[in-house]
Amino acid sequence: MTAVATKKVKIALVGNPNTGKTTIFNNLTGLKQRTGNYAGVTVSLKMGLFKMGDSDAEMIDLPGTYSMSANSLDESIVLDVLNSRMKDMRGPDVVVCIADACALRRNMLLVSQIATLGLPMVLVLNQSDGLKKLGLAVDTALLEKRLGIQVISAVGTKGVGMAELKSAIADALERQRLMKSIFWPECVNKATAHLRHVLSERGKHMLESELHRLMFDAHSHENLALGVEFCFLREGIDQAREMIRKGGYNPLAAEAVLHYRNIDALLEGVVTKKGDVEASTSESIDHIMLHRLWGFVIFIGMMYLVFQSVYSWAGPLMDGIEFLQASVQNWVTPLLVSTPMLQSLVSDGVIEGVGAFLVFLPQILILFFFVALLEDTGYMARAAFLMDRVFSGCGLNGKSFVPLLSSYACAIPGIMATRTIEDSKTRLATIFVAPFMSCSARLPVYVLMIGAFIQPKFGALWAGFTLFAMHFVGLMVAVPTAWLLTRFVFKTKSQPFVMELPRYRVPRVRDVIWRMTESGIEFCKRAGSTIFAITILIWALLYFPQLTESEEQAIRTAFIETKMSAASSSPSEVMAALDQEGSATAKALRAQIASVQINQSYMGTMGKTLQPVFAWAGYDWKITVGLLASFPAREIFVSTMGIIHSLGGNVDEESNDLRTVLAQSTWQTGKLAGQPIFTVPVVVSIMVFFALCSQCGATTAVIVKEAGWKWAILSFTYMTGLAWLGAVLTYQMGTYLFY
Amino acid sequence: MYLSNLRPGERARIAFLDTQTAIEQRIAAFGLMCGEIVEVTRIAPMGDPMAVWCAGTEIMLRKSEAGSIRVNRL
Repeated sequence: MTAVATKKVKIALVGNPNTGKTTIFNNLTGLKQRTGNYAGVTVSLKMGLFKMGDSDAEMIDLPGTYSMSANSLDESIVLDVLNSRMKDMRGPDVVVCIADACALRRNMLLVSQIATLGLPMVLVLNQSDGLKKLGLAVDTALLEKRLGIQVISAVGTKGVGMAELKSAIADALERQRLMKSIFWPECVNKATAHLRHVLSERGKHMLESELHRLMFDAHSHENLALGVEFCFLREGIDQAREMIRKGGYNPLAAEAVLHYRNIDALLEGVVTKKGDVEASTSESIDHIMLHRLWGFVIFIGMMYLVFQSVYSWAGPLMDGIEFLQASVQNWVTPLLVSTPMLQSLVSDGVIEGVGAFLVFLPQILILFFFVALLEDTGYMARAAFLMDRVFSGCGLNGKSFVPLLSSYACAIPGIMATRTIEDSKTRLATIFVAPFMSCSARLPVYVLMIGAFIQPKFGALWAGFTLFAMHFVGLMVAVPTAWLLTRFVFKTKSQPFVMELPRYRVPRVRDVIWRMTESGIEFCKRAGSTIFAITILIWALLYFPQLTESEEQAIRTAFIETKMSAASSSPSEVMAALDQEGSATAKALRAQIASVQINQSYMGTMGKTLQPVFAWAGYDWKITVGLLASFPAREIFVSTMGIIHSLGGNVDEESNDLRTVLAQSTWQTGKLAGQPIFTVPVVVSIMVFFALCSQCGATTAVIVKEAGWKWAILSFTYMTGLAWLGAVLTYQMGTYLFY
Repeated sequence: MYLSNLRPGERARIAFLDTQTAIEQRIAAFGLMCGEIVEVTRIAPMGDPMAVWCAGTEIMLRKSEAGSIRVNRL
């Protein structure tokens, strides 16, 4: 018996930003959502299932866009999905257009453009409860008659109109209801025909909508990523544009002008004045929110709240996760005592690795709670309006503010928050500079270095100043980096920063919680595995090759001998102390063994091999190993320094033992033999290195996820290069000037 | 006179777009086209960007972009 393959109905959801598209998507699909990733596309698309009659329908939520020009990544994706040009994805059977009922004219541009694709459509006039306040009324029956498709009046946040929408979708599919397409003037038709002819001469074929993109989009060449073989098209496009110009239209604005002309005819008598305009609440709120004094006071207050929540409030939750991780480790370790390698792998590799990405969850969830609130209320656009001036100089825009601010707590949620930036170039630049913001993981390194060297030597004032100054090192590098990136590296210019200031709205709890869980789940699913893999890799580099039993025995014997001569005690006394679990002597021996182990591990070998490179910055092989081992996360530097100096891994940045050991360590060989390793230039150089380096596996993993491998590798190389350069310059200049 | 020269509260009709780039297409998508009426609602505290009321919505744009939109004050 052959199984009958029931073809799932495919529905695409499109609309302008701020139309409540996602709310409708959540209403229809509920919990049955997943995020799809497609080859070569960094924008993830959300899919959801819902019941339509007896059959399942699949809905895809496309990125919000104002028009169909393929000038940005989001827009090209919308076009590709609707034109069935995506790899391994069929095009939709029905397109549901969501329009803001209160700004119908502008919203209709996208609708009118989509109508040219010849797909069955349904139009949803969302947020229609806002019409009354504006003193407007929309005659949906008349609009339906003019468009030839069903028009549903809805209020997504209240669930109004959802049942009607479902039946309208079924109806559009069944009757293949197409919206009447725009009637192009002769010159556009001629230009289109010309392009088609140019293509067919070379045996190529394109859809009409794609030909329109070539003619109407300013950067169609770069944006459509046409290969060399399409070079001949350049001339054809210029000729086509000339034809449009001769017809009396400016080729770049022609599309919008003609569509709006079409829309004005369609909406004639549909939108009518009805009653007086109530004083716009948004207008009066903005009077305060965008006030030149109070606006900033409110803004700073809100941003302080966001920052504090990520920086401090997440702390107890993160401690909780770390405590849980330690408890699991303590519980598992004794069970595997018979197989030391497995024990270490499970405890220091697997559990550590899972903990390594779970620990970021509180920050991500808290930040996205605020991001969802800021966006859904409409304040995010206002924040961008207030701050844009600061960022426009270096090629970013006002929307970069929240991601960069959060990166001062942690780059992971910060980079994820760049999703609020519509323009893909600006978003990439923001992702690229976010890891330069001085995150909280750098603090342990700064505190250790400042506490051990700056404070004792120069006093509390200089210690405070150094800590303060270190927070600016990254920022000083980030500004020119963003400028260079947006000016010279990106092939196409970023979109002009034009944005809607949406009306203020009361967010829906359900949507906010959705946004939080979604970001959390996606982080675990996609970045989790990479972070896990990095932790296992570093574990292996530190664990192998293992000390043999005889080597370990030799350390033990030597340890007992030194202990005996130092305390002039008998061997039996030392042995007794060693056997006593948890005694200082037993701990000291374990720390000694761990130190020899790291010395001869692959990581130790790598550190010694690479040391000459870091000798320029005045580092010995121990510091070099510390740098390498801290690749998963910067704060690991502190515990690695503990292990390597025979103090064990349980030291923190406040540990006096560690500070003393570091202060006392001297060069064993070379021309500096006998002199201290940690001079002030070396100490500052280490801090500069950590300010600029990319020693955070989780950040790299998140960049891979948000921007792709190419950018992750570029970011890692650039940051590491700069960190090394910064460290060497600091050391060399410091030594030259003061020593 | 350009859109960027207008002060908050002033209304104008768009006369001409001085650009031949993607900017033109982008702002046209927001309804900023020849013949449309715009009203400047406010200018950001740091002097840039500005917010204008056009086609039933409030839109923010930078002065650099507004500087390429020629208008006739009403």
